[in-house]
Formats: sequence, C-alpha cells, structure tokens
Amino acid sequence: MALAHSNRPLSPHLQIWRWGPAMLVSILHRVTGNGLAFVGLSLLLWWLGSIASGPEAYATFMTYVWTGADGGLSAITAILGKIVLVGLSWAFFQHAATGIRHLVLDIGVGYELSVNARWSVFTMIASVGLTALFWGFVLLR
Amino acid sequence: MGNGTSIGRVRGLGSSHAGTHHWLAQRLTAVGNLIVIPFLGISLALLPAHDYVTVHGWAAKPLSATMLVLLVLNTLYHARLGVQVMLEDYIHEEGGKVASWMLINFVPAAAAVFGIVSIIRIALGAA
Repeated sequence: MALAHSNRPLSPHLQIWRWGPAMLVSILHRVTGNGLAFVGLSLLLWWLGSIASGPEAYATFMTYVWTGADGGLSAITAILGKIVLVGLSWAFFQHAATGIRHLVLDIGVGYELSVNARWSVFTMIASVGLTALFWGFVLLR
Repeated sequence: MGNGTSIGRVRGLGSSHAGTHHWLAQRLTAVGNLIVIPFLGISLALLPAHDYVTVHGWAAKPLSATMLVLLVLNTLYHARLGVQVMLEDYIHEEGGKVASWMLINFVPAAAAVFGIVSIIRIALGAA
C-alpha cells in the first residue's frame, strides 16, 4: 500500500480494545452474514436444484447433508451437514437479531452505553434461544 | 486519472453518489428477509415428512413457488450488498477491486437465474 512507510500513527486494532458486547455483536453480524451468503445460499441453491432435477438428485442431497444413508463419505458429510444446518439457523437468528438492532439504531435510539450493551447481549440470548426452540420443535414434535 | 494538475490527481476518486441507494436497498431487503426466510423455515418445519414427493409437492404449490422466487431474489440481493461492504473494507488493490466487482455482480446474477429456473421447473415441470 502507498502508506506502508508512513510514520503516521495507526489506529489501534482488535488486540488493543477491551472486548464489549457491541463490538462482539458487530463482528458476529459480519461473520454470520457472510456465512449465510456463501454457505447458506449455496446450500439453498443445491437443495432447489436437486428438487428440480428429480428424486435421485434429491436423494443424493439428503444423503450427503442429513441421513448419511450410503455410509462411507456420506456418513461423515451428514454429521458435518447437521452441524452446518444448525449453525446456519443460529447464524440467521443472530444476523436477524443484530439486523433488527441496526434498524432500531438507524432511527436514532439505543446509543446510551448501558442500553446499547444490554441490547447487544440480548441479540445473542435471542439467537441461541430461537435456535434451540426451532430445532426442539423440528425434532420433538 | 492524471498525475499532473491538482484536479487531475483527485478526479474520479470521490463518491459515486450511489451510497444512499445501496444503504436503503440493504435495509429494504433486510425487512423482506424477515418475511421470506421464516416462511421457508416454518414451512419446512411443519411438513409431515421430508421425502421427495412431499417436499416437491409443497414447493410446486403456487404460494410456495412464489415465496421461493422472492426468497432467492431477496436473499441474493441482500447478500450481494453485504458482501460488497465486506470486500470494500478488506480489498484495497486495484486488481482485487476489479475482481470483487465482477464477483459481486456475476455470481449473484447466475445464482438467481439457476434458482428461478429450478423453481419454475418444480412448479411447472412434470413431477
């Protein structure tokens, strides 16, 4: 970069700051958003394409992502698939909660330090709670 | 970009004046996502089974197919805007910027076409 040899002071990076809830959920918002964009949408399109391609393609999708019915490689990818799907559902709930937080901040409220920290912590409680509720409903009903 | 006069050195480096539209579109699609993504999640959770016939039959219904097309378009648009912001923060070289610019335009467009063609085939094709 053009400024590589400049003697001007650098702004402090991650390791300098004392971690706080607002900083954490800001990072989580970016990480979950990009995870959903790259992993989530790829999986969604594979799923849609497999349904459109017919029963065999759909069976392949289900085997590798969920059931592991063919054994071997699919048994491993099915474990990963379940972790990824639960992770994606949590990522959605976290990204949605911090997204709603951003929409609220956009109207100009919630900037007091204590309020901001409380709402930040709440987004993480909400995402974990909603993920547990969703999978509890899916698996136990 | 020139390197002679003062105006030549800065010309083309300012705002593109597209930021407000990007910002608004990000929020508009965010609200849309709060409708279309829970629709998919709740629909799949409520299906009695997840075999091919059940899932295909659900996706082929007009309401499901409509919501799936909206889901594909809205999530890809929202993702494209968000990934652009992420890349703008981390990519500073000219070559990387050009590659990023092509990535965030070509990939979502191709993905949207694939998703919509799939949904149309599900909804209109022979089961």
